Amino acid sequence: MKDQISSSPEKLPPALECRDVGRTFMIKRGMFAQKQPLKAVQDINLKINRGDVLAIVGESGCGKTTLAQMLLGLLQPTNGEILLDGQPINSISIKEIATKVQPVFQDPYSSLNPRKTIEQIILLPLIVHKIGTVKDRRERVEKYMRLVGLPKRLVHSYPNQLSGGQRQRVAIARALIMEPKIVVCDEPTSALDVSVQAHILNLLQDLRTKLDLTYAFISHDLAVVEHLADSVAVMYLGRLIEFGKAADIFSNPQHPYTRALLDSVLTPDPSLGLPKITLGKGLPNPLSPPSGCYFHPRCPEATEECHQHTPVLKDTGERLVECHLH
Amino acid sequence: MTVPVVLNVENLSVEITVPAGTLHAVSNLSLKVHQGETLCIVGESGCGKSITSLAIMNLLPSKAKLTADTMSLEGRDLLDIRESEFASLRGDRIGMIFQDPMTSLNPVFRIGEQLEEVYIQHGKGGRKEARERAEFLLEKVGIIAPAERLSQYPHQLSGGLRQRMMIAMTLMCDPAMIIADEPTTALDVTMQAQTLNLLRSLQKECNTGLVLITHDLGIVARMADRVMVMYAGRSVETGTAVEIFEKPTHPYTQGLINCIPVPGRTKPGSHLGSIRGIVPALVGDIEGCMFRNRCDHVSEECYSGEIGLNEISEGRAYRCLLSPEESLRNFKLKGAA
Amino acid sequence: MNNQSLDTTDDRADEFEVSVPSPPELMKRRAKSHIGFILGGSVVLIALLVAIFAPVLAPADPYDQDLTRRLIDPIWGAKGTWKNPLGTDALGRDYLSRIMFGSQVSLMIGFFAAAVSAIVGSCIGMIGGYFGGRIDNFIMYLINVKLALPGLLVALSLVSVFGGSIIALILILSFLFWDRYAVVTRSVTQQIRVNDYITAAQALGTSHTRIILGEILPNVMNQIIVIASLEMAVAIIIEAALSFLGLGVQPPTPSWGLLVSEGRSFMFFKPHLIVLPGMAIFLLVIAINMMGDGIRDITAPEGRN
Repeated sequence: MKDQISSSPEKLPPALECRDVGRTFMIKRGMFAQKQPLKAVQDINLKINRGDVLAIVGESGCGKTTLAQMLLGLLQPTNGEILLDGQPINSISIKEIATKVQPVFQDPYSSLNPRKTIEQIILLPLIVHKIGTVKDRRERVEKYMRLVGLPKRLVHSYPNQLSGGQRQRVAIARALIMEPKIVVCDEPTSALDVSVQAHILNLLQDLRTKLDLTYAFISHDLAVVEHLADSVAVMYLGRLIEFGKAADIFSNPQHPYTRALLDSVLTPDPSLGLPKITLGKGLPNPLSPPSGCYFHPRCPEATEECHQHTPVLKDTGERLVECHLH
Repeated sequence: MTVPVVLNVENLSVEITVPAGTLHAVSNLSLKVHQGETLCIVGESGCGKSITSLAIMNLLPSKAKLTADTMSLEGRDLLDIRESEFASLRGDRIGMIFQDPMTSLNPVFRIGEQLEEVYIQHGKGGRKEARERAEFLLEKVGIIAPAERLSQYPHQLSGGLRQRMMIAMTLMCDPAMIIADEPTTALDVTMQAQTLNLLRSLQKECNTGLVLITHDLGIVARMADRVMVMYAGRSVETGTAVEIFEKPTHPYTQGLINCIPVPGRTKPGSHLGSIRGIVPALVGDIEGCMFRNRCDHVSEECYSGEIGLNEISEGRAYRCLLSPEESLRNFKLKGAA
Repeated sequence: MNNQSLDTTDDRADEFEVSVPSPPELMKRRAKSHIGFILGGSVVLIALLVAIFAPVLAPADPYDQDLTRRLIDPIWGAKGTWKNPLGTDALGRDYLSRIMFGSQVSLMIGFFAAAVSAIVGSCIGMIGGYFGGRIDNFIMYLINVKLALPGLLVALSLVSVFGGSIIALILILSFLFWDRYAVVTRSVTQQIRVNDYITAAQALGTSHTRIILGEILPNVMNQIIVIASLEMAVAIIIEAALSFLGLGVQPPTPSWGLLVSEGRSFMFFKPHLIVLPGMAIFLLVIAINMMGDGIRDITAPEGRN
């Protein structure tokens, strides 16, 4: 897996790169049971170019949150390496990573400390990193509140006095105040009402062009992903099964799982009925994954080969697909 | 129309006493569901859609006060009956499916026991018939080896399977009416389509009325025969799914439709439509239109009086002072590719 | 930025905006209408003022003996005089002054025992709850060991070994109390740890100490204060009991427990000698408990209904 999707033209290293990244947790079930390995993430290879939006897509339990934690430097990969600006992430201190990568989380209720004011919350990064004088910091908080569309009068409010959308803006301001290059957004709009979701998506778009940001955008909502993403990585049971340019993936999905995901998007078109998707059973137990291709028990096109052999990630030019059929 | 009405609600209001005053959770809501028909109630959090479902099921918290002109199920008046009579209707004639299948099944009983219990309790038959009915329904909801599944506990099943069990359980007594409150929100996207398909085909087969409560416009478009859009405890627009999505008349409905990215319609990267402002807190009496602070076409008259429902045709109405033509002229699909 | 954020950058409030009180405002409001808190709090405040200003307020030196004026009745008694409003004890010392100075001992021991155990116990609990894993296992082991000890027996034997100085009493009582803080803060911390704001702080490279003290502690503080107030009441009772048994504060220091003990032999013909310090203990303890309950209602009303 040396040669992947062509990197940015200026020959700069990609903003973020995963090389054969895996993370295994040792899980103990029951008091006397032996510890079992749980491969939350396996052999992930992907690149995010500067200024791009990479969407990481998959259903619950596919390992996307574990991957996000590794991208933030909060979890060390058990194998492989993650490169930040071409530098291995485990050679950089967490504080330095923090100046380059910052998170925005899903739940605007749990992402703000209820006992702190909005100013204290947005300030925290500057205090931890000892940046600026008290006056500088205050000005910077004001600037970023303006940038994310928070009225100034809220500066001494507490999170409980804000709406869900306003809270999410606070979380975005806190992430941006360190002027990071990369923002890892973990389902940033899925806990919000649709009208608020539109505000936040528009804001993320605006900030991206204004501040030249790179997003790793984790989501299960493919409509949102199509709207926002430049490239898409589809994960299933901890494995990357398809990766490519968003437009290509949406117009021509290759992996049967990607196809199923796309088919299950319910566009608001009353002339279409419900899609017929037959993925059979639910997600297999990740502690004892199926033989061969992890997707074969649910795959409508599975062959004998899929039962027995694990497919390798195939590089078809602009696209990576992990499937025997391609 | 010869299809009989299963559920008829007229002028339902729910008031809840809170420290700051009276919360008008639902105001003057009317709805009708015919046999085999799906009514989708769509709205954002706090619009009163869940309270409406609890009101119909007579499951409101004790602090809430319910008033209505009519509330009847299969012609039977629901306003005048005692709680014990209501309890015998729930699960028998009217069933409910909740959002979270984890909490709606009792973790300490086997699935089979829970399914059979509903059947036996409503005097439909003995243990043996109940077991047969349960196995029959599990097969219907697409569960392989139903006998085995019936002896399992809820935690041994995945979320999607649990929700299918809930559907089977709701159908045990062949109810006339099902109320499903965000039934697929807790499920993964691939399971969502499967579960909805199942719900729909069973509903059509049993000729059951269905009230589907959701915030997801995609689900509404694909599932609904008729739609009711709720805002601030009121119904702001009703109509068939086609009418609502092709000719939305209320500014709020128009705003909602323009808020969501739609693959193939909205241009990737473009700005989505949005609705500014906040939802009013429903405490105390507010005159005029509840949506005026977020509306682009607001005028003097929006601030006083009660804005009534404008009926365009049978079952098609909206709550706005603009004429349908004016309103439709304002509507343009945002970001169309 | 175009119209999408018009309303939110706009500093005017929306027409339908309702002002939601901030947590401090909310607490202030609840405190103002909480009768138990106001009543208990004022009694505790009065006791505190008396303790602090005892040297100024007390009519006499509590150690000043006058053997010619022994066992004088309080003013409501037959031979009561205004010179000693609450009478004198067996050695002719002014009883009002002794009770006033006694509040110093009770409050000091109560407060410091609660505070020291709060600091130690909460630190242990938060560390266990925050780090989890082996550290937490070790801390759970410590807590279990502590719970298995017969507390009062250990306290009695430690007092008999180390004597009854005030500092020794504070340390021994703290040793008795820390585990309750540890258990509660540990479980609360476990719930807080999974919040995204903790992950956000970690992703900033914030040190563990800063996360525990800056992010977790403010959310655990109300629980700690509630336990502290209840433990303070218990500490005051135990101090009184130990002093009564002669194991606590040593004479001639005035401690309420000691006063009761000294008045014991005159119980039948001079009952005020034990009733008055007994009442003082009772009042202070009940006031502290009322205040503690009040703090719980004010800071965490979720637990009320």
